[in-house]
Amino acid sequence: MTFAIEGWFAVDEDGVFLLGARCAACGTVCFPPRAALCPNPRCEETSMETVRLPRRGRVWSYTNACYPPPAPYVAAEPYVPVTLAAVELDEVGIVVLGQVKGLTAAELEVGMELELTSGPLADGPLVWMWGRAS
Amino acid sequence: MSVVVLGVGMHPWGKWGRPFLEYGVAAARAALRDAGVAWTDVEFVVGADTIRNGYPGFIAGASYAQALGWSGARVASCYAACASGAQAVEIARTRILAGLCDVALVVGADSTPKGFFKPVGGERPDDPDWQRFRLLGATNPAYFALYARRRMALYGSTPADFAAVKVKNALAGSLNPMARYRRTVTAEEVLASPMVADPLRLMDICATSDGGAAVVLASEAYARRRGLSHPVRVAAVSTVTPTFPNTVLELPNFATDSCVAVPAPERPFRAAIAHAAYEEAGIGPEEVSLAEVYDLSTALELDWMEDVGLCPPGESTKLLHDGETGLGGRIPVNPSGGLASFGEAIPAQAIAQLCELTLQLRGAAGPRQVANARVGLAANQGLFGHGSALIVTT
Repeated sequence: MTFAIEGWFAVDEDGVFLLGARCAACGTVCFPPRAALCPNPRCEETSMETVRLPRRGRVWSYTNACYPPPAPYVAAEPYVPVTLAAVELDEVGIVVLGQVKGLTAAELEVGMELELTSGPLADGPLVWMWGRAS
Repeated sequence: MSVVVLGVGMHPWGKWGRPFLEYGVAAARAALRDAGVAWTDVEFVVGADTIRNGYPGFIAGASYAQALGWSGARVASCYAACASGAQAVEIARTRILAGLCDVALVVGADSTPKGFFKPVGGERPDDPDWQRFRLLGATNPAYFALYARRRMALYGSTPADFAAVKVKNALAGSLNPMARYRRTVTAEEVLASPMVADPLRLMDICATSDGGAAVVLASEAYARRRGLSHPVRVAAVSTVTPTFPNTVLELPNFATDSCVAVPAPERPFRAAIAHAAYEEAGIGPEEVSLAEVYDLSTALELDWMEDVGLCPPGESTKLLHDGETGLGGRIPVNPSGGLASFGEAIPAQAIAQLCELTLQLRGAAGPRQVANARVGLAANQGLFGHGSALIVTT
């Protein structure tokens, strides 16, 4: 399976994980991952280690795209509205945006627990998605 | 010591389909006329760039200088997304304050394609603005909608509240000859318009427009020499960046900063933008007579009102429904009609805000005049973390 972007998420028998970067010096975590220079302006660390981020979090906010987004997005035909959720991850204090799989905007609520999964874009490659918590 | 606004000028917003230079030149000539300054007397010209109009847009300062006729003036061009206009004003202001010139012209204009803004051409898999479309289909309205839904959850705001913002701004815009949309609307029309990004409907979201705006800025001494005794003064320009960790999801990002190692700052980014302007001006929100805030969506106007300190968090809907933010209210917000009536012409927008504040403080805003306008605030925010706020005083 082709990933729509390399190095941002991983899939194995334990599930789907976002790959973030953690600063060994101050503990700051970021997504998307970055190799160098901690984003904390008061930290001098210049090497960040790749870490798996918590797979669950609570909806910070959500919406949908009632009209097909423009290129480079490849919209399915016929178009099915994309649902988006910004999810506040447990433990790491970070909100991550993603498409939502299997839930419409009408089924979401702020504060609802979601779990990371993955799904294909209309032209095939796999991307991380938020899904119903198991 | 402050810089004064000698002249303002605009080209009407619309979807005219002509080159951006035409709008910018028209606005520049109007501002020069308003200032009573000849183009050849301008010592410094600053262009706010547009990224959707080819090379002339990337070097807008020189494009305007050439169109107006090469005069040997010094030039600068800058881009900071929606904050480009404020940056251009700040570049001109600081050169005047440094004593390096007396009179400067600032111009911004845009010609926009129809529909959603999309990333500028080419495949750029390392550019977050390209990636967010490719991976998520996350358009600008999607982000506006995330803020709107968050507001509903935090403060109980409703789509009817959002519609009331549009009704208010459309009424003000109906009185503004520079606005693109001049028709008043009803809440029912807003609530019946097609859903674009839940909970925002078509009439909650600002359009993309063509338009141009310009200002002539000068030193106080220059204004005095020209016999101008009570010019409008630029008391502050805030161009701050966010403070780490920025815990609000910003366009075009995929995630916020983490607050696990460093706690979130006292003021979120939008509030910090206005705060820096207040600090610089030595003025508090209670002294503001009117505010132009960046209503990319109806819901965002309500957020901005709280961010710039017009009321505590969660209370902007009360001000709105009490009529306080409409024309004739205690603190009119977007008396120009706002983006709701103009649509967004990116590099012109912050300059247009300054034009409106200036007209209001001069008492020259005609049927949308705010009574006793003494202090005007404009707030705005550019993609990737560009703050933009201005305070002008009489």
